[in-house]
Amino acid sequence: MFPPKIFRHFFPHQTNSRSLKTLAIALNSARGVRGVTWEQRVEYYNMREEFPKPRHTIGPGLKDEEEFTDILEERRCTTDLGYALRTFNPQPYKGAPSSSTSDLKKAVLESQYLRYIAKEIALETGSSVEKVRQEARGILEEMSHNLQLGFIRLMAYTVNKVFKRLFRSIYVNMEGLNMLQQAIQESPVILMPNHRSYVDFLIVSFILFTYDIPIPVIAAGIPLASMKVVGEILRRSGAFFIRRAIGSDKLYWAVLSEYVRTIVRTGCAPLEFYVEGFRSRTLKSVVPKLGMMDMVLEPYFKGEVFDITLVPISISYDRVVEESLLALELLGVPKPKESTTGLFKASRVLQEDYGCMHVNFGRPLSVRQLCEGKINRSEYNLIPRDLPQRPSTEIQDCVNWVAHLIVRTQEEGSLISPWSLMACLLLQAPITTLTEEGLQWHGLTEKTLWLRKLVLDFRGRLNWPDSDVMSSTVALHHSIVHHKAGRVCLVQDGDPASQDPLSPEEGVMRTAAAVLMLVSYRNQALHVFVRPGILATAIHITKSTQKDELFSFFCFLRDVFANEFIFIPGRASQDFAEACSLLQKCGAVHMSEQEVTVLETGLEVLSFLQKLLQPFLDSYQLIFRYLCENGAHVFTEKQFLPAVQNLATKLILSGDLHTFEVLSSDTQKNVLSALRRLEAVTKLRASQQNEYKVNKAAVRRTGDILCKIICDIPVKIKLLFCVRLENFVLFFTLLSLK
Amino acid sequence: MKWNGWGYSDSKFLYNKKGQAEFTGKRYRLSGMIIPGLREWMESTFGANLQHKTPAAPILNSSAVQPPTLNEAFLKELKSTGIPFSHDAEDRVFRSHGHCLHEIFALREGKIGRVPDLVVWPNCHNDVVKIVELACKHNVCLMPYGGGTSVSSALECPPEETRSIVSLDTSQMNRILWIDEKNLTAHVEAGIVGQDLERLLNESGYCTGHEPDSMEFSSLGGWVATRASGMKKNIYGNIEDLVVHIKMVTPQGVIEKSCQGPRMSTGPDVHHFIMGSEGTLGVVTEVTMKIRPMPEYQKYGSVVFPNFEMGVACLREVARQRCAPASIRLMDNEQFKFGHALKPQVSSIFTSFLDGLKKFYITKFKGFDPNRLCVATLLFEGDREKVLQHEKQVYDIAAKFGGLAAGEDNGQRGYMLTFVIAYLRDLGMDYYVIGESFETSVPWDRVLDICRNVKARIVRECKDKGVQFPPLSTCRVTQTYDAGACVYFYFAFNYRGLSDPVHVYEQVEHAAREEILANGGSLSHHHGVGKLRKEWMRETISSVGMGMLKSVKDYVDPNNIFGNRNLL
Repeated sequence: MFPPKIFRHFFPHQTNSRSLKTLAIALNSARGVRGVTWEQRVEYYNMREEFPKPRHTIGPGLKDEEEFTDILEERRCTTDLGYALRTFNPQPYKGAPSSSTSDLKKAVLESQYLRYIAKEIALETGSSVEKVRQEARGILEEMSHNLQLGFIRLMAYTVNKVFKRLFRSIYVNMEGLNMLQQAIQESPVILMPNHRSYVDFLIVSFILFTYDIPIPVIAAGIPLASMKVVGEILRRSGAFFIRRAIGSDKLYWAVLSEYVRTIVRTGCAPLEFYVEGFRSRTLKSVVPKLGMMDMVLEPYFKGEVFDITLVPISISYDRVVEESLLALELLGVPKPKESTTGLFKASRVLQEDYGCMHVNFGRPLSVRQLCEGKINRSEYNLIPRDLPQRPSTEIQDCVNWVAHLIVRTQEEGSLISPWSLMACLLLQAPITTLTEEGLQWHGLTEKTLWLRKLVLDFRGRLNWPDSDVMSSTVALHHSIVHHKAGRVCLVQDGDPASQDPLSPEEGVMRTAAAVLMLVSYRNQALHVFVRPGILATAIHITKSTQKDELFSFFCFLRDVFANEFIFIPGRASQDFAEACSLLQKCGAVHMSEQEVTVLETGLEVLSFLQKLLQPFLDSYQLIFRYLCENGAHVFTEKQFLPAVQNLATKLILSGDLHTFEVLSSDTQKNVLSALRRLEAVTKLRASQQNEYKVNKAAVRRTGDILCKIICDIPVKIKLLFCVRLENFVLFFTLLSLK
Repeated sequence: MKWNGWGYSDSKFLYNKKGQAEFTGKRYRLSGMIIPGLREWMESTFGANLQHKTPAAPILNSSAVQPPTLNEAFLKELKSTGIPFSHDAEDRVFRSHGHCLHEIFALREGKIGRVPDLVVWPNCHNDVVKIVELACKHNVCLMPYGGGTSVSSALECPPEETRSIVSLDTSQMNRILWIDEKNLTAHVEAGIVGQDLERLLNESGYCTGHEPDSMEFSSLGGWVATRASGMKKNIYGNIEDLVVHIKMVTPQGVIEKSCQGPRMSTGPDVHHFIMGSEGTLGVVTEVTMKIRPMPEYQKYGSVVFPNFEMGVACLREVARQRCAPASIRLMDNEQFKFGHALKPQVSSIFTSFLDGLKKFYITKFKGFDPNRLCVATLLFEGDREKVLQHEKQVYDIAAKFGGLAAGEDNGQRGYMLTFVIAYLRDLGMDYYVIGESFETSVPWDRVLDICRNVKARIVRECKDKGVQFPPLSTCRVTQTYDAGACVYFYFAFNYRGLSDPVHVYEQVEHAAREEILANGGSLSHHHGVGKLRKEWMRETISSVGMGMLKSVKDYVDPNNIFGNRNLL
């Protein structure tokens, strides 16, 4: 039977007993209980449609409490041991044979695909097939998960204890969980959470264990495996481990991809992986990695499964456990190596309060439906499916599109905390105000309330429990700001009075560490503002009211910042339309057929949005300038990062640069990727140390074009459109001239 | 023959006064028997109900038939040849359709679209030559008609055709012209119907061994025109293996070869332009085909497998060892249950006791899940000793895949059902259930995937299209080849609550075909393309391939006299 727990949460407003009964039948039928007619099922589906979809109805205050349930609440009332030993009786995917981990490994090793690759490698390297296969076996041993219920219980016990310590509540949306439960029985399921903290590594398994849903196997980075004891516990809790920088290791790729595909094909367990590839250091969504996505989708493309279900999961934190580590890492302090002793040392974090965590299970997405009309699966008809085959660009584009869509959906599903809004505003204040006299509390709260309304207008999901939330959230984030005597100031590590006076450069870095922490919380809210923000920037820069001109510029910015924010490929016009409608909705602009006119009432919104993105423009501009003026034709990443940091520090000290974000290695890398994507910088293939080549001749030429352009705006826009380096110079020089 | 359903007028399924299913007539083994399980099966599978009937229009309303567009000059000259013809409404309507669901559904509702304007009955090759000459002379559209069992909309008159359409019915050309016992060939007129051909040859101690499921009604000419396949192709071969010589009348004249050499290297085989041409190039009039002495011994058999996967693996192994019996077919679980529901009432307590015992043995003792197990039916043919030896070999292979021999009776009933299943659709249509079968061929490694995916696609599409009851979506593997298999899908649903069931049906079938193609299946194994599957021809054979076929058509029939518009 359906667990009453979920039932109650799913249908809180169902009071009438007849309809409850029908629903119970319907729900059980959806779970595959025999003897239920299609009619009942249809009725069930129709009923389901009537229920509010959180995406559209979620609002401030009490509303989300209706939809999210605190799963820690119940844990606090029962014993941990009793919980860990509860009967666990999940309903697995119905087509799946029960298979053990050794069956899985055997299937992988004996697959035609691996045999073929082994032969190929043996031929290339001159070693024997048996030797290669032995090597493959080794790789598989290193990689393979060893999911065992006993360890799941141990994990649940520990995680439960830790979470109760760290968080006040863990909120989970029951409707999403319920949909997941159904989806798992119908097709192989891929769980795709975002990754903001180490803490969320086992959260999904923990929730699924609590609600009798099959435990997933989880793709993890190999450093975790090398942790003593803990690595083994993770492995037995379902983690499998993937090396970083696999590069061109053909055998490794083959074993990994066959392993992943076999898991999907057999549907033996849900598969969980981070499509962003790694933990986002900036708390901003990362452009998805496609390797794993490719492997996961291939069984569908090759017709080996009827469908695959993707479940985006958005995990949001009030306060991230690693917040200060992240900022330091971005400034170039290397992250501590994952180790068991490190983990114990980190146990002091248990003393802190990290507020609440929200886990939002998104609507399950059918790969079949997503790909419909996008691909032609018959391209796999003429080559045996066991042999390696490079997918067509059509398929690659589709994979890329799906991956982006998932990340976007994760963004849409994540909850924005009041603190993120405050961070947006704090960062728009002059830095000296923040570090010295502080910002007026009253003004800040007023502005935050204003911003809250804007977020709601922009259909963002807010986590706004009550009216006191602003002061409590500032208290929660005492490590970043402190609120005293009606003013809010930035907290900076150490007490400058008691130590040796810092050098100005060190001072900058110290402030940067604090600012970057704020930046990461701001980043949690960025996705709501990006599209209208880019339009606001376009309006600000072009000073145009012509829709098509703004659209061109919008696309240009979207292109440049595609490594910074998540844009679903091929959706430029939808993004533009969305931006327009949001700005119109909040009364910032008036739209007509051809024109977009700024309204008097909208200046506040527009200036907020434009200032929100300004740090990105400034950072790109600076790095760009560095590349043209200072750098040599060829440079390595190792030289590039500190050089940019030096230049930026100098400019900040001289007061010519107002953002600290350019100091972040993430920003620097993003600029480099953007330039590479746009072919203004090329990576030298032969080099071992990531050498890059700049197209400098192009830079000089742009100097001449410049003068002509400034007085001739339409031409400028056209020129901007050839995305070559000269145009970047052009564009950013224009920005600096404004 | 029925005018709006399958087969003989005296044979049909109906529910008698007691509400029990019964098969009328005397022609089949099932005739006159009560089938107690059928009603429950229909009710539980489709949610059908005896109260909800959808009876067919009983007689043809001639006024619904458009008056014929006659080409007077053609008619006048035709009369002078003395070849019989008719423009009677019933004759025309009868030849205006095959047995696609939408065709029969429309007839049952009394809806008649474009029908041929005239029917002619040539008596021999020379009559056909005359008719084709006249048709060319007067620009009349000719549509050859054999047994009328097409399931590809091949017989539908193109609505855009403005010329007079003449249906050329080959049924009078039904003689065996000679039998060559030295070379084991027979020269036969193409209008002969399968069962007559077999019966006549049997009288002389021979057979062709070509037994498509439609052999009671389909004609030799039709087989050639669609590249037909027979149940026992493992021994006798498909039509392309059986044919030695073909004579066809085209607008450019008669095409035939000069000799009967068993194989020739004389450029592309022109027979292959004819086979599968679907009536677009001309009329096949006479065929020389291989014959065999009648088999000394026949034995049916069946094997139960714990699940479909094992069954397919067994068939694959049988194909690998090239030891397939005359026929081997694997039904999935739904079809197994369906076959079970069609068991006639058993007369003795002993038989029902035995049945119970068998069931107990398989499900309880052997641990087969009744909702997963599946059955293969077998037919062995040849001399007694070899058959027994062969049988043992096949059962030994089956045992390796968990297969248990399940008796001759089950096997024989399986093959008998092939002939009555088409009648069953008419019963379904009396009670809001519509359905059809379609087929494909696919490489071995994709058999399981295609079966699963197509069945699932059908269910999903039905749900999406608002079908109110879960559909029957089932399949079977009906032929094995060295490199693949032929798979048959059966699909039916209860359409109560749908305003345009045929449209929904067509959408689902279309989606299922897309799924087949996406999973590496062929457009058709033996049903042909007709007009129903034309849209996929280009992607199936490439643009160049289309061009090749088109240029043959352009040369042979530049004025599109054979204007049924099939295939291209």
